[in-house]
Amino acid sequence: MFGYYLNLALHSLKRTPILTGLMVLAIGLGIGASMTMLTVLHVMTDDPMPGRSAQLYTPHLDPLPLDHKRRGDSPDPTDDMTWPDAMALLKAHRAVRQAAMSGGSLLLRPARADLRPFYVAGRYATADFFALFGVPFERGSGWSAADDAASAHVVVLSEILARKLFGTGTAVGQTVHLGEHDFRVIGVTADWAPKPLFYADQTGTQYSDADLFFLPLSVAVDEKFQVNGNQSGWVKGDDNSLTSANMSWLQFWVQLDTPAQVAAYRQYLIDYSAQQKALGRFQRPPTNAKLYNLMGWLAHENLVPNDVDLQLWLALGFLFVCMVNIVALLLAKFLRRGGEISVRRALGARRRDIFVQLGIESALIGVAGGVLGVAIAQLGLWSIRQRPDDYAKLAQMDVSMLLGTLALAVLASVLAGLLPAWRACHVPPALQLKGG
Amino acid sequence: MEIRPILASLRRHRIPAALIVLEIALACAVLCNAVFMIGQRMADIHWPNAIDEQGISVITVNGTDPALAASDIPRNLAALRGIAGVTAAAAATSMPLDQNPALTGFTTTPDGKTTVNTSVYFLGSGGEQALGLHLLQGRFFNADEYADSGLKNFQSTSHVLLVTQSDAQRLWPGQGALGKTLYANGESWTVVGVVGDVLAQDPKFSGPGGRYSSVFYPSHPDEMMGDYVLRNAPQDRDRVVREAVQALGRLEPGAVVEGKTYAQMRTDYFADTSSMVWMLVLVCVVMLAVTAFGIVGLTSFWVGQRRRQIGVRRAVGATRGHILQYFQTENFLLSSMGVAVGMVLAFGINLYLMSHYATSRMPWYYLPCGAIALWLIGQLAVLGPALRAAAVPPVVATRSV
Repeated sequence: MFGYYLNLALHSLKRTPILTGLMVLAIGLGIGASMTMLTVLHVMTDDPMPGRSAQLYTPHLDPLPLDHKRRGDSPDPTDDMTWPDAMALLKAHRAVRQAAMSGGSLLLRPARADLRPFYVAGRYATADFFALFGVPFERGSGWSAADDAASAHVVVLSEILARKLFGTGTAVGQTVHLGEHDFRVIGVTADWAPKPLFYADQTGTQYSDADLFFLPLSVAVDEKFQVNGNQSGWVKGDDNSLTSANMSWLQFWVQLDTPAQVAAYRQYLIDYSAQQKALGRFQRPPTNAKLYNLMGWLAHENLVPNDVDLQLWLALGFLFVCMVNIVALLLAKFLRRGGEISVRRALGARRRDIFVQLGIESALIGVAGGVLGVAIAQLGLWSIRQRPDDYAKLAQMDVSMLLGTLALAVLASVLAGLLPAWRACHVPPALQLKGG
Repeated sequence: MEIRPILASLRRHRIPAALIVLEIALACAVLCNAVFMIGQRMADIHWPNAIDEQGISVITVNGTDPALAASDIPRNLAALRGIAGVTAAAAATSMPLDQNPALTGFTTTPDGKTTVNTSVYFLGSGGEQALGLHLLQGRFFNADEYADSGLKNFQSTSHVLLVTQSDAQRLWPGQGALGKTLYANGESWTVVGVVGDVLAQDPKFSGPGGRYSSVFYPSHPDEMMGDYVLRNAPQDRDRVVREAVQALGRLEPGAVVEGKTYAQMRTDYFADTSSMVWMLVLVCVVMLAVTAFGIVGLTSFWVGQRRRQIGVRRAVGATRGHILQYFQTENFLLSSMGVAVGMVLAFGINLYLMSHYATSRMPWYYLPCGAIALWLIGQLAVLGPALRAAAVPPVVATRSV
């Protein structure tokens, strides 16, 4: 029966090419626009560390004084951590792995005469950083906790930077002049940048940023290197140095493998806050201390810009307009075939048969519209990739979104066909023939 | 035109009629809000800025030796002034729209509170000519003020500053700003001049209150001054940027030198805004097209269904004009209903956007404008099918199929 209905549907669609074309175009445009924006949202809210994100947590303390008030929409100082707190948490070593980090841009003076100096963005971190996030190495390795303690001038370069500086030669063992100091290269990472760069301060452009070098945090603090991102001090007249207990600027991540470890760490944060409160440094309730998992932290940061949200709503609204349009056109199309339906009914077709037949016809429009929609969505994503926004380069459709597009198109057209098909299958048998 | 027969016929086709009404209502609601958003963003892109935007080029130099700033900056400026076509050159700490906010909260009393982020600019000697600031009251800085002032922890060591017209009115409404004092972080400065409104370094970050809140300090050459501002005729600017980057590249071999015309800086700042505008325009156009096609399709179906009826009317004396008018009036009635629902919907969407996305209230005139647009589109869309209906010959009435 299915083959016959398909045949009938094809036949009927071919009879009214303009109407069919309009319906396919409408569903294609609606689906294309909404899938473009859904894909953008999908890549923006995707897991940046598949397979590892479930074990990654970020602790947050509240060292602010009781009377502290945030000004307007300025960043929340408790999103970052102070140097003394980060060092205390590192030393306590309560998690499987833990690392403190911060971003920075440093001037790099290449040894090669044909390269002008340039600025590179990288990360100041503690030794566990590489194991914690599973950073893949091409050559060499990261540094040790002893290097952290000794403020060793060592650096890990990303592959792309190593290639720029040393060509195809080996970078490990070479010296790099970074931030007006000499560093010994001890490792080269494969090109690696989670999207978004979840461990970075949220004032940056996390979808396009990548770290091109990594060096020990202790060195950055000793040499007073420039730090990217928000540095919130809350005591007037404080020196606001990087080691101040009254200025937050560090990001802190830990690895916790089991729910028991998570619960224990959460308790540890509260105990630590209570202890700091007893010492008089913290003023707010110790239960303000929070432990976010990776996806929870991204949700808290709410990285998706309002414009993307708005565009998604706009696209969905547009899809809805297209669907109403298709309902109207299908209704016109099906009711015009009153005569044919009457004859089929008179010859013994049940209402259900008519309904299924018309449903298949709608689904067929959906398939055609879906194919057109995929093409339009690819065009839309291409145009988004040409945009200046930092997430633009991510706008690529994966297989699941591709199949989702087709499914949504068929679903939308079948839904749109429901009302017209229901109306049409109530055409009384043979009555239409009499009227003429 | 009698509308009762039209209403009676519409009542017999409730579902198709309701669909057209719904479609027009949705299109009207989305159109009003999208056009409103386009208008707002276009206004953002055209924020005025009281400097000579067309005649300024900016060369940014980073990574110089801080100890040599006092001697290197005058040397570099001398080289830049030697470039053909450059009429003024000065060093500065930052530029409007350069996306690196340097903000301070100023108050009019020593212990006041403020919620406004004011952009802070330090200008080297000749900075007012290089930028093309518009002096409205008072005076620019004199040579002594330039020579004796500097920066300490990004706070001015001078005792004078320039404020913008917006700040003068905001801080001292109804009074003259000249001679008044501004306070921040335990220091104070006297206003010596009021200039036309200059944009903040990052007005989107500073918010509406800080958009035109800017102050200017004088400063002798300082390591913090990484921007060289050049003034030249607009037609020379691309060549001037090229030559200036080459000249500074030679003089500062160890530094990172980047050049841009100010026009380019402005385009870069608003690049994402203008891409959003294009996207909104595209959606509006395509949506209106889809709505129009829907009306064409449905009216064609109606005309096809009523060929006999039309033939009968023609046979009993209706002119082609009557038939044409019938379908046009019918469409007008449907559009009016759709537009009425759509305006309510548009208002609702605007309220939702106001509470969730910090958009402002849509002015009332967007609603009638949207209504007129949809009326016109409806009439255009119905014209084709209606003309075909009018062309139905009276003889159709006598045929049986």
